[in-house]
Amino acid sequence: MDNLDQIVSEAQAAFAAISDPDALEQVKARFLGKSGQITELLKGLGKLPPEEKKTAGAAINVAKTAVETALNERREAIRKAALEARLAEEALDVTLPGRAEARGGLHPVTRTLERIEALFRSIGFEVADGPEIEEDFFNFTAMNTPEDHPARSMHDTFYLQNPDGTVADKVLLRTHTSPIQARYMKAHVERYGQLEKMPEIRIIAPGRVYRVDSDATHSPMFNQVEGLWVGDGVSFADLKGVIADFLKSFFETDDLVVRFRPSFFPFTEPSAEIDVAFMSGALKGRWLEIAGCGMVHPDVLRIAGIDPEKYTGFAFGFGQDRLTMLRYGVNDLRLFFEGDLRFLRQFA
Amino acid sequence: MKFSESWLRTLVDTKLSSEELSHLLTMAGLEVEGLEPVAPQFNDVVVAQVLEVVKHPDADRLNVCKVDTGRGEPTTIVCGAPNVAVGLRVPCALPGAKLPGDFVIKIAKVRGIESSGMLCSAKELGIAEEASGLMILPPDAPVGQSIRQYLDLDDNEFELKLTPNRADCLSLNGVAREVAAIAGARAKFIDVPEVAATIVDQRAVVLDAPAACPLYFGRVLKGVNAKAPTPEWMKRRLERSAIRSISALVDVTNYVMLELGQPLHAFDNTKLEGAVHARMAKPEEKLLLLNEQTINIDADILVIADEVKPLAMAGIMGGEESGITLETSELFLESAFFAPKAIAGRARRYGFGSDASHRFERGVDFGGAKRAIERATQLIIDVCGGAAGPVTEAKAEMPARKPVRLRTARACAVIGMTFSPEQIAGLFNGLALSFVREGDDFLVTPPTWRFDIEIEEDLIEEIARLHGYDNIPAPAPRGNLKMMVQPEAQRPAARVRQLLVDRGYQEVVNFAFVEEAWEADFAAKTAEADLIRLANPIASQMAVMRSTLFGGLISNLVTNLKRKQNRVRLFETGRSFARDVAATPVPGFVQSWKLSGLAYGGALPEGWGSASRKVDFFDVKGDLEALLASTQLRFEKLVHPALHPGRAARVLLDGREIGCLGELHPEWVQKYDLPQAPVVFELDFDAVKAAQVPVFSEVSKFPPVIRDLAIVVDQEVALQTLLDGLKEQVSGLVQDIQLFDVYVGKGVPENKKSLAFRIVMQDTQRTLQDSEVDAAMQQLVSCFEQAFGAQLRA
Repeated sequence: MDNLDQIVSEAQAAFAAISDPDALEQVKARFLGKSGQITELLKGLGKLPPEEKKTAGAAINVAKTAVETALNERREAIRKAALEARLAEEALDVTLPGRAEARGGLHPVTRTLERIEALFRSIGFEVADGPEIEEDFFNFTAMNTPEDHPARSMHDTFYLQNPDGTVADKVLLRTHTSPIQARYMKAHVERYGQLEKMPEIRIIAPGRVYRVDSDATHSPMFNQVEGLWVGDGVSFADLKGVIADFLKSFFETDDLVVRFRPSFFPFTEPSAEIDVAFMSGALKGRWLEIAGCGMVHPDVLRIAGIDPEKYTGFAFGFGQDRLTMLRYGVNDLRLFFEGDLRFLRQFA
Repeated sequence: MKFSESWLRTLVDTKLSSEELSHLLTMAGLEVEGLEPVAPQFNDVVVAQVLEVVKHPDADRLNVCKVDTGRGEPTTIVCGAPNVAVGLRVPCALPGAKLPGDFVIKIAKVRGIESSGMLCSAKELGIAEEASGLMILPPDAPVGQSIRQYLDLDDNEFELKLTPNRADCLSLNGVAREVAAIAGARAKFIDVPEVAATIVDQRAVVLDAPAACPLYFGRVLKGVNAKAPTPEWMKRRLERSAIRSISALVDVTNYVMLELGQPLHAFDNTKLEGAVHARMAKPEEKLLLLNEQTINIDADILVIADEVKPLAMAGIMGGEESGITLETSELFLESAFFAPKAIAGRARRYGFGSDASHRFERGVDFGGAKRAIERATQLIIDVCGGAAGPVTEAKAEMPARKPVRLRTARACAVIGMTFSPEQIAGLFNGLALSFVREGDDFLVTPPTWRFDIEIEEDLIEEIARLHGYDNIPAPAPRGNLKMMVQPEAQRPAARVRQLLVDRGYQEVVNFAFVEEAWEADFAAKTAEADLIRLANPIASQMAVMRSTLFGGLISNLVTNLKRKQNRVRLFETGRSFARDVAATPVPGFVQSWKLSGLAYGGALPEGWGSASRKVDFFDVKGDLEALLASTQLRFEKLVHPALHPGRAARVLLDGREIGCLGELHPEWVQKYDLPQAPVVFELDFDAVKAAQVPVFSEVSKFPPVIRDLAIVVDQEVALQTLLDGLKEQVSGLVQDIQLFDVYVGKGVPENKKSLAFRIVMQDTQRTLQDSEVDAAMQQLVSCFEQAFGAQLRA
C-alpha cells in the first residue's frame, strides 16, 4: 500500500511540474492511461485472492480518485493561468481616444434661437417666417412709417437695383422683422376675419435683417426676433409680464432687473425700450439695451384689417445677436459672421 | 441734443442731483446718452494777474513772476510757460491745490527760488486736450475769483438721444418744460419783451405756398457790427451744446435755436431784391448752398426767394450768396414755421442735414416764432449793436390742432391697470395739456409745440409715461390655451440641424450679399437680368444677393485653412435669392431656404485608430442619405457650374429635384487656392424637413433566404440604371437587393466592372422552396443579361 501513496505523490509532483495542457494529458497517461500505473494496478486485482480483492480494490480506487483530483486541479490551474495570460495580453490602453466622427456644433445664434423658440412655444407662441427681400409696403407703410417719415432715417435701408441699373422702388432688404407681423396679421384676418371672434395671434418671428451700417457693434446683416400677441384685452402690463418672464427664463436667473423705458417706434404706441441689468457677473449693474417693444399701433392693426377697438396687442423685437452675446459673454458681434471654427466650436 | 446742465437749471427750478435728473429724463423717454462734467475735479485755482516777469538767474527757460492772486501781497511763482507776460490774467493754482491727475501744488524751491503756486494751461486744468502755453483769460476776469466759478466749470454736458416724436425737446426751453412736468418742478422761462422798432425799414413777405409755410416773421436790422466778439457766456453755452462758435451773428441765431427751439436764418439784406417769397422751387432752379454744394432744386422743395432768385432751401440751408459775412451790416432776419411734410426727407435726398431741417421735419413750435425773432433781435443789438425795423408778419392757415378724445376706460385697458379720471387730469395738467372733461372722457387740445398728439394712443402713452413704466404691473401672461399644430410629416428645422451637427458639421452664418464673382463661379450668373444687385452696397464684395450658399462656405474654408484647420465640415441654412416674376410672396424674387454644406480634409478626424483617407463624394452622399432617410431618395448625374462634371449628382426626393451634391470643380479648386477639392451640397431646406409618417406592414414569421450574385457589366452602366431595370422584372419574393462589392481590375475585362449583390428573399406567409428561390435568381440573372449585357461572374 506504500506503493499506492507513492504513486499518488508521484502523480501530484508530476502534474505540478507541468504547465502545458497537452503535456499534462501525456503525463496523465502515465498514471491513468491504458497502461498507466493505476490502470495496471486495477488490472492486477484479478490476480489477487478474493478476500484481498475488496480491500486492495478500495485502496486503489482511493488512490485513483486522488490522482484524478490532482489532475483536475492542475487542469483548472493551467486553464486559469492561460486565461490570465490571455487577458493580460489582450489588455488595451483604455485612455486612447475613441474612434469616431468629431461632433460639429450649432452656430451660437442658432443655439439662442432654439432656446427662444422653445421658451415662447411653452406659452403658446408659434414661429412665423417672412421674406428678406421685402416690399416697401410691408417694411414701412404697413408699419405706419410712410415715405418721408423721420423714423425712416433711423433705418439705413439697402435697396436693390433693377437689371437696367435703376433703383427698384417697391422692394428693399427688410430692415427689421416687423413686416412679418403685418404679413401674419393679414393672413390671419383672411382666414378668420369672418368669425365673431378671431383666435388670438401669438407668434415669434426670427430672421436676418439688413441695415447700411458696419463697425464693431454693427453688422450690415444681423438677427432679430419679433414677437406679436394680438387678442382681446392684451395690455401693456401683459407685455411687461411676458418679457420679464422670458428674460428670467432665457438667462436662467432671477438675478436681473428689467426696465421699460419710454421710446418711439412708428408701429407701436405706447412704445418702450427694454433694458436689462445683471446683479452679478462681468456686466453687473450696467443697463443694457436689448429690445424695442410696445402696444401695436392702431393704424398697424387697421392696415392689417383688425379692428383696434375690438382687439389690442403688443409687439417686441429683440436683438438676437445681442441676447447671444450677453448669454455667452461674446464681446464682438463680427465674430458671428466670420465663420472661424476656433470661435464656433466653443458653442458645440 | 447736447446741452449744459447749468443752462438748463436757469430755466427750471429743481433740487434734483445731476444723476437723479438724468435717470428721470431717461425714464420719461428722453434717454440720457451722455452725462459728462465739463472739467475734471480740481480746487484752489483762481484768476491771477501777472505783475512782473524776470528771467530765472539759473535757468534759461524759467521766469520768476510776481503774481496777484487777489490774496494780499503778490506771490512769487516760477513759471516755464513761453507765453507768460506782464499784465496777463491767467489761472493760478495756489499751494494746496489738487489738479487733475492728483497733482498737488506745494510751496517748493525751483532751482533755488521758492515758488508758491503754479500758473496753469488749459491742459493742466483738464479742460483742453492740448495747450501751447498758459491759458489766457480775458482782461476783465476778476482777479482772485475761483476759476471754476469764473468759467462755470461745475457744469455737466447732458446728451439726450431724442426719439423723432419729441421734437419739442430739441431746445433748452422744451427740456425745461419736460423736467417741470416729470419732476413736478417750476419752469422759469425767460422773459422776452418785444423790441420796439427804431427804424422804419422793412421787407414785404409773400406766402406763395401757404400749406408749406403758413407763418413767416421777418425783420430788417441795420448798423450791425458783424465783427463784434461773441460774449464768453454765449460761446460757452454753445460749445457745451456741441455747436462751434463762428461769428456773433451766426452764434446768436444758433443760441436762440438752442434756447427756444426755433431755427432762424439771417440774410444779408443788401443782397435781397424786393419782397421775400416762401414758394415752391421753379423748374431748373439752382442754388449754391452755404455748404458750398450747388444743387438743382427739386419741384417739391420749398424755397425762400426774393423777386428774382432763390435765396435758401427753406428750413434746411441758406444760400451762399445771400448769406451773412463778417462784412454784413444790414440783416434780414427770418423766423418762420415750415410744415414738417414740406421739409421731411428733402435734406436726406441731397445727402446732408442741418440743425434746422432736423427740427422742422419733426415739428417746431409755431406759437414761439414771434418770441424767437424778438429774442434774437435783442441779442443781436446787445452783442453787435444796430437798430431794428418793425416785424413783418405773414400768416396763412396754421396747422389744425384738433382736440383728441381720451376715454379713461380705454387707457386703463391698454395700459393694463386702473387710473381714475382725476389721476389722468393731474398728469395732463403737469404737461400743460389743455382739456375739456366729458364725463370720464377728456378732450385734449394739443399745444403748439407738440406734433405727436393726434390720436387717443398718443395720450395713453403720455399717461403711461408720466405715471412711469416702472409703476405698471408685470403680471404673468394669461391667454387661451390651445394646442399647437405639430405636423408629423415635417421635422423641425432644429432636428435637421442637429443631425448634421451629430455627423460632424459646424454651422456657420454668412452674409446674404456676396461678391459678384461668386455668382459667376458657383451659379454661372453673369447676365444683369440674372443678378440681384444692391443699389447701395456697403462694399464691392457685398454687392449682389446670393443665389447659392456655396460662395460663403468656400470662403469660410479658405479662412479656416489659413488658420491651420485642416479638416473642415460646415453647413449653413439660409435663403438664396433669384429673380422670378411669378414668385410669391414678393413678386419678382424667389427666396427659398437652402441647406448647404461642405466637407474638406480627412474622412475621419486624424487619429491613431484609423487609416487616414480624404473625404470623398460617397462620404458626403452617406451624410445626405442619413439626413434625408427616405426610400424615395435618388441621385442622378448632373452638370453644375460649381461642380466637377464627373462627380456631381442631382438629388431627387420622391421624384422631385431638391438639390445637388458634388466635388468642387477643379477650376475653382485652383482659383480659390485649395490644396484639395471639397465636397459640397445644397438642398432645399423645406424638402429636407419633410418626413414620412410610418405605415405598418406585416413582419414575416418565416426565415429569409439570402443568396449572393456577382455580375460583370460595362463600366458606364450606372447602378441606379440596373436597379431601376430590375424593379419591373424581378420576382415579388425579392425583398432587398444590396450591393456589397464593386471590383475593377485583375480578372475583370477592361472597361468592365464586377458588381456583387446580396439578394434577400422572403414571403410573409410561408417558407420558400429551393425551386422558387432558384427560379427567382434565374429571373434576375436573365434580366441582367438581357437588359444590360451583363454576365454572371464565374
